[in-house]
Amino acid sequence: MTQYGVILFHTTSSVLRAEKLLIAEGVEVKLIPTPRQLSSDCGIALRFNWTCRDRITSVLKEARVEIDAVHALDVMQA
Amino acid sequence: MIYLDHAATSWPKPAEVIKAMTDVLEGAGGNPGRSGHRVSIAAARVIYDTREEISRFFGVSDPLRVIFTGNATHAINLALIGMLKPGDHVVTSSMEHNAVMRPLRRLEKKGIRLSMAPCASDGSLDVEDVTNVLTSDTRLVVLTHASNVVGTLLPVAEVAVIAHRAGALLLVDAAQTAGVIPIDMTAMGIDLLAFTGHKELQGPPGIGGLVIAESIDIAQIDPLICGGTGSRSESEEQPEDLPDKFESGTANLAGIAGLGAGLRRIQDIGIEEARAHLKTLARALIDGLSALPEITVYGTLDPDRSVAVVSFTVTGRRVSEIGLRLDEEYGILSRVGLHCAPAAHRTIGSFPEGTVRLAPGVFTTMDDIQQAIQAIGRIIRS
Repeated sequence: MTQYGVILFHTTSSVLRAEKLLIAEGVEVKLIPTPRQLSSDCGIALRFNWTCRDRITSVLKEARVEIDAVHALDVMQA
Repeated sequence: MIYLDHAATSWPKPAEVIKAMTDVLEGAGGNPGRSGHRVSIAAARVIYDTREEISRFFGVSDPLRVIFTGNATHAINLALIGMLKPGDHVVTSSMEHNAVMRPLRRLEKKGIRLSMAPCASDGSLDVEDVTNVLTSDTRLVVLTHASNVVGTLLPVAEVAVIAHRAGALLLVDAAQTAGVIPIDMTAMGIDLLAFTGHKELQGPPGIGGLVIAESIDIAQIDPLICGGTGSRSESEEQPEDLPDKFESGTANLAGIAGLGAGLRRIQDIGIEEARAHLKTLARALIDGLSALPEITVYGTLDPDRSVAVVSFTVTGRRVSEIGLRLDEEYGILSRVGLHCAPAAHRTIGSFPEGTVRLAPGVFTTMDDIQQAIQAIGRIIRS
């Protein structure tokens, strides 16, 4: 069952910008090391509750924060 | 001791700045954005928050357009070396610091074409004189916001209008103004702004930045330095993403934390209040020195048209003697000579001897200024 989603960004600055914008919007998010199965990158990613997906993508689109990819994670992976 | 060398670097640094630096090294010392664990993220947050505060301070809405560099010189080099190609035409003024002149002279040898807009002997620049040297193939206009020798403010917003009309971009060296003159890049039409953290922004040495307005396509700027960024690690190519394209290598975390604290300190005081205080000090300094017949004060002599940087010479005396006696006999610290700005000294007529420069800071008091004026009077009469 899908519970969490993870958003990957191209830069650490973008992840932190996204985190701040979402917290300001009252959306609960958490920064996690990028899951290796999703990317070979060494940075951080943003984990969120899957039910907030549409809200999150619209907030980030509005602020023109560039997203690399959005992935669903099952509970085991999260 | 009375420190009147704030145009070189502000000192002493506010306690908040020193605390922010030690706090970040003690509490958030991970490599920012590399590892994903809590101290790495804490370090990255400090950097991001400062980036955001700087972007807001300079009127740019995207914080990722703030590129941290070692200082203003590094930022100017990034803009000039990163953008200019052989054949490009560049316009600058005759009041520039060597942070601008040396990279331009070097690029000139590689094929850029350079025109100087002449400034008046008080350091001021008539916009007409920029118009006269602009051509349809001018790529960039580079201007200091205020002279580091005499404090004279250059009309950057007016020049932005005519530069843009000619199809050129404007790079401003804000080393002497960031923190004392409000700068809204969007409202003023500044395309690239180089700033340093260690002057009136009250931060430590070793941190500065280049702010790139949204008007600039970053594909136009090549990075000075390539390497690890903590992003797109699978690729051996330099990323094109901001700010990583221009920030390879581990960041100056403590410096950035100190810069953020310095910026907040200045904002607590209020930039308008800081400016008003410095104008009052400059007025007293200019009037006190001008009252001594042996002294020539350079610049506009008008604190409304300059920042608080006051340069003077004394008839029949070496500037080095004045500077040494101020230090040794009165504990008053100035900077004498050419101030890394031979072009500016040629313009004001003080080359090659240079001047004695007194530059109060936001924490300098009127009593400090009165003591300096009295000390200079005594040195002249002895």
